[in-house]
Amino acid sequence: MSCGTRSLSPVPPRVGILLAVSLAAQLAWQASRGPPAPQAADLPSAPPAALLRAASFSELEATARLAMLYLQAYDLRGDNAVPYQHLDYGRLIAWLRAIVATDPRSGYALFSAARVYTENPDAAKCRAMLEFLYEEFARDPERRWSWLAHAALIAKHRLKDLPLALRYARAIDGLARDSRAPVWAKQMEVFILEDLDELEAARVLLGGLIASGRVRDASEMRFLTARFSALERELAARR
Amino acid sequence: MRPFWVIARFVLLEAFRSGLPWLALACIAACIGFAAFLAHIALTETRELQAAVAAAMLRISAAFLIATHVVTSVAREANDRGLEFVLTLPISRSVYYVGKLAGFACAAALLAISFAAPLLLWAEPVPLGVWVLSLAAETALVAAMGLFFSMALAEAVPAIAVTAGLYLLGRSVGAIQAIAAGPLAQEQESALRGIVDALALLLPRLDQATRTEWLVYGLPPATDALGALASLAIYFALLVGAGLFDFSRRNL
Repeated sequence: MSCGTRSLSPVPPRVGILLAVSLAAQLAWQASRGPPAPQAADLPSAPPAALLRAASFSELEATARLAMLYLQAYDLRGDNAVPYQHLDYGRLIAWLRAIVATDPRSGYALFSAARVYTENPDAAKCRAMLEFLYEEFARDPERRWSWLAHAALIAKHRLKDLPLALRYARAIDGLARDSRAPVWAKQMEVFILEDLDELEAARVLLGGLIASGRVRDASEMRFLTARFSALERELAARR
Repeated sequence: MRPFWVIARFVLLEAFRSGLPWLALACIAACIGFAAFLAHIALTETRELQAAVAAAMLRISAAFLIATHVVTSVAREANDRGLEFVLTLPISRSVYYVGKLAGFACAAALLAISFAAPLLLWAEPVPLGVWVLSLAAETALVAAMGLFFSMALAEAVPAIAVTAGLYLLGRSVGAIQAIAAGPLAQEQESALRGIVDALALLLPRLDQATRTEWLVYGLPPATDALGALASLAIYFALLVGAGLFDFSRRNL
C-alpha cells in the first residue's frame, strides 16, 4: 500500500481549521444526544419466521441469537421499578416464536422466556409466557423439558395455580425421555405435589440441572445463581 | 516455469502486496472484538453466540474482500493495458484466464484459512476443518464470479454489484423458495413459484455451504458436506466455462 504523505506545511490553514471545527461539532452533537434508549412501547411487530430466514442470508444461528440480543435490549433497564411492565407480550411472544422457528436448536429464546420474561408481576402476561413455553415444549420435548419444569414451578408458586403446574408436569412425564434428566424431572408430577416451598424447589431444580450437565455456559450459570440468591433474599425478607 | 504458474504466482504476489492482508487482519480483529463484546451481554449460549456471529461476519467479509480484490485487480490491469501486453506473448487466452483464476483461488483459500484461525477460540477443530474447506471453496467460487463479471462487463462497479447480487441470491435462494412454496402463497401464484424454482436452477446453492450450524451444533452428515462441496465445484466449473467462452470470442 502506498502511504507517502507530505509534511503539514502545504495544508492551507483554513482546511485545518475546517477539519478541527467539524470534528469538534460532530463530537459535541453526538455527546449532547447520548445513546438511544429503547422503550418497551417501541417493540415493533415480529417479522414472520420465513422473512427472518430470508433476511439472514442463510446465517440462521447468528440471526436467531442476534435477534434475541435485540429483543433483550427492550425494557431490560435497571431503572424499571417493575420489570417488563411496558412490554407488549403479544408482540414479544410473536418475536420469540419467530426466533425459535429460525433456529429451533438454540435454547436462548426459551431460556429468556422461562427465566426472564416470566418474571413479570402481571399474572396474565406471565401466564401467556408459560403457555408459549408449553406450546414450544411439545415440538421438541427432549431438548426443552427443563424450561417447562421451571414453568411448572412458576405456575405453582407465583401464580398459585396447581392444576396448571400439574398440566405442565404431566406433559414432562409423558413426553420427555432425556436420559440425563435428574430424578425429579422424570417424576415431575410427584415433585410438584411435594410440599416444598419455592426456595427449596428452586434449589432442587437448579442443583439437578447443574448435575445433569445441562448448564455449562458461564453466563447462564452466573444468571441462574444471581436469580437464586435474589429469591433467597426475597424469601428471607418475607419471613 | 510454465506460463500458467507464472501468471498464478504473480496474481498471488499482487494479493500479498496489496491491502488485502491488512484488511483481512482488520476483519479478524473486528470479529474478535465484537465477539468479546457479545460475551458480556449474552444471558446464555455465550460460546455458540460468539461462534455463530464471528463465523457469519468472517464469511461475508471473506466473500466481499475477495470479490473486490479480484474486480479491482482486473480493472487495474485493463486500465494499464496489461492484458493486451500479456496477450502479445506466446500465451493462449485460456492459459491466461485459468492462470489468473488459479492465483485468485489460492488467495481466496489463504484468506479462508486465516479467517478460520480466530474461530478456534469457540469451535471444535474438526467441524471447523470442514467449515474452512467449504469457505475456501466458496471464496474460490466468488473469485470465479468476480473474474467472470469483471472480464465480461469491463467496469468495476457493475462487476462488483453483479457479483454481490449473485452471491447474496445464492445464499438466500433456499429461503425465497420456501416463502414461495409456503402456505401463504395462493394457488394462482404457482407461476411465480415456477419462476423462483427455475431461477434457483441457475444459482449456486450457497445456503447449503459453509454452514455456521456445523460450528455450533457439530459435524453434519458427510453426505451434506460433500453435497455442498460438489455443488460449489459444479458451479465453479460452470463459471470457468462461461468465462473462457466469453473471453475467447471477445475482440480486444
